[in-house]
Amino acid sequence: MRRERLKVVAGEEVGPYTLVRIERGGLDPGAPGQFFMLEAPGRLLPRPMSLCLAPRGELAFLIDPIGPGTRALCAMEPGDHLQVLGPLGNGFRLELDRPLLVGGGIGVAPLPHLSEALKQPPAVLGFRSEWHAQAAELVPNAQTCVEPTLVTQLIPEGMDVLACGPEPMLEAVRAVAPDAQLAWEAPMACGYGACYGCAVEIDGELKRLCVEGPVLCAA
Amino acid sequence: MLLNASGCLDALTAPDVARALDAFVTKTVTPLPRDGNTPVRIAETDVGMLNSIGLANPGIDRFVTRNLPRLGELGVPIWVSVGGFETDDYAEICSRLDDHAEVSAIELNVSCPNVEAPAESAAQIVAAARLATRKPLWAKLSPAVPDIAEVARAAQAAGADGLSLVNTIRGLKLDARTLRPVLGPGQGGLSGPALRPIALAAVATCYRATQLPIVGMGGVQNGLDALELIAAGARHVALGTILFADPDAPARVRAELHTAGAERGWRAYEDAYAVAHEEALSVGTTLDDRSSL
Ligand SMILES: Cc1cc2nc3c(=O)[nH]c(=O)nc-3n(C[C@H](O)[C@H](O)[C@H](O)COP(=O)(O)OP(=O)(O)OC[C@H]3O[C@@H](n4cnc5c(N)ncnc54)[C@H](O)[C@@H]3O)c2cc1C
Ligand code: FES
Repeated sequence: MRRERLKVVAGEEVGPYTLVRIERGGLDPGAPGQFFMLEAPGRLLPRPMSLCLAPRGELAFLIDPIGPGTRALCAMEPGDHLQVLGPLGNGFRLELDRPLLVGGGIGVAPLPHLSEALKQPPAVLGFRSEWHAQAAELVPNAQTCVEPTLVTQLIPEGMDVLACGPEPMLEAVRAVAPDAQLAWEAPMACGYGACYGCAVEIDGELKRLCVEGPVLCAA
Repeated sequence: MLLNASGCLDALTAPDVARALDAFVTKTVTPLPRDGNTPVRIAETDVGMLNSIGLANPGIDRFVTRNLPRLGELGVPIWVSVGGFETDDYAEICSRLDDHAEVSAIELNVSCPNVEAPAESAAQIVAAARLATRKPLWAKLSPAVPDIAEVARAAQAAGADGLSLVNTIRGLKLDARTLRPVLGPGQGGLSGPALRPIALAAVATCYRATQLPIVGMGGVQNGLDALELIAAGARHVALGTILFADPDAPARVRAELHTAGAERGWRAYEDAYAVAHEEALSVGTTLDDRSSL
């Protein structure tokens, strides 16, 4: 865990999302599924973001502007600076026979980095609209669907599923693929185990998602 | 000394952050294990944050057998924050901690805004704890009382060795779309910069009322904020919400504290202790005159 003040290289629009590219500095990009805490300009608390891509010398985050923090992050200009802490948490387990990436909405964020690490396995992605579905460009080998079709309808049997998306989607994935590795979300103030704000029920106990997760095994 | 505010750091998960402090204060320990409140448990507000963690902790048995030995190995003095629902709870935990050499001091959390407790008076709790332990006792008070000086004096009379000021105060955040509470339990404890003027006032008031040593806390973001608490009458300063945003805050605030003190003409920042209570600098005296004294 390391914190550095890093320079924004670019912000690129991808449908409704922004791919924020930041100089890597001395930070390690970590394993796919791990996340970073990004200073949100003008806000008290940083915001958790999965690493989307790790181009040479950079860290890239795909951000959905849904609130004050994410809007401030998407509005950053090249040359702006921000504090970045990470990598944090536990990522995906990668020793798998037949990996299949499953993503919904902004849940595609960690999949490009994961796809690279797994040598571009097949992926199925679900989006709310064609506009949102532009994010599918970032994931190689992806089959895309738009509501009312749901990604869970596209999951073949016998695959090792790695999924990220909204909670209802993860619950549905778990129902068809009980052994899936799922990347969950919870509101996080610190990202490193200090605030206990991210507690979720894991194995019948409340545990900190930033320490035990965000990737958990469904079973 | 620079400490953390209870509940704002887990030394076992982030040992390096704890080692950057002069003492580590644990999350509040209660007699029985507690899962804490239902999520959502944190929310950012305009100039602070709300939490409704609800004293999640392993309970005193597991704390003593599992956590304390590992905390003792960190090489940082350990203060244990103690909570409960009645006076006997505090006394029982204090007596359990009494012969553990790892424990340097006990902070009595008599003011958590996240538990519905029968409001035993702070003084009763301090008195019961005093009989149960020889460890230094710090009473952590809430600023949300009509007269904090009275509470502080009563805690002192009951045997408190020091005061921790302040705990969070209750706040509410509504979801802008649904107009329903954001936090699972509804309300939560407000911390962060919004609390800073309240903390300064409480420290200044209790300094005048008791002259007890005080750990000042509430919204400290930088060295100057810490220096102001010292000037108001705090011997020590604790970092709270800032640790969430910046795990490097201990070293940074310490460095800024030295600089902020030096810029104001203090050889050591500790020399600024309680200066807020001295007569104001006479008209025409500048900072430079002061520095050359
Ligand atoms: C491990 C992790 C990785 C993440 N990765 C990404 C990513 O790569 N890209 C991305 O765009 N977002 C990601 N998120 C979500 C992102 O952190 C939140 O959208 C952001 O914190 C919201 O901040 P805000 O100030 O914009 O909105 P806020 O005003 O804080 O929130 C707006 C709304 O979203 C809700 N909300 C806030 N945070 C969360 C959360 N974590 N889970 C569910 N609801 C929440 C609030 O209750 C509120 O209704 C991730 C979250 C986690 C925990
Ligand atoms: S985000 Fe603070 S403990 Fe997990």
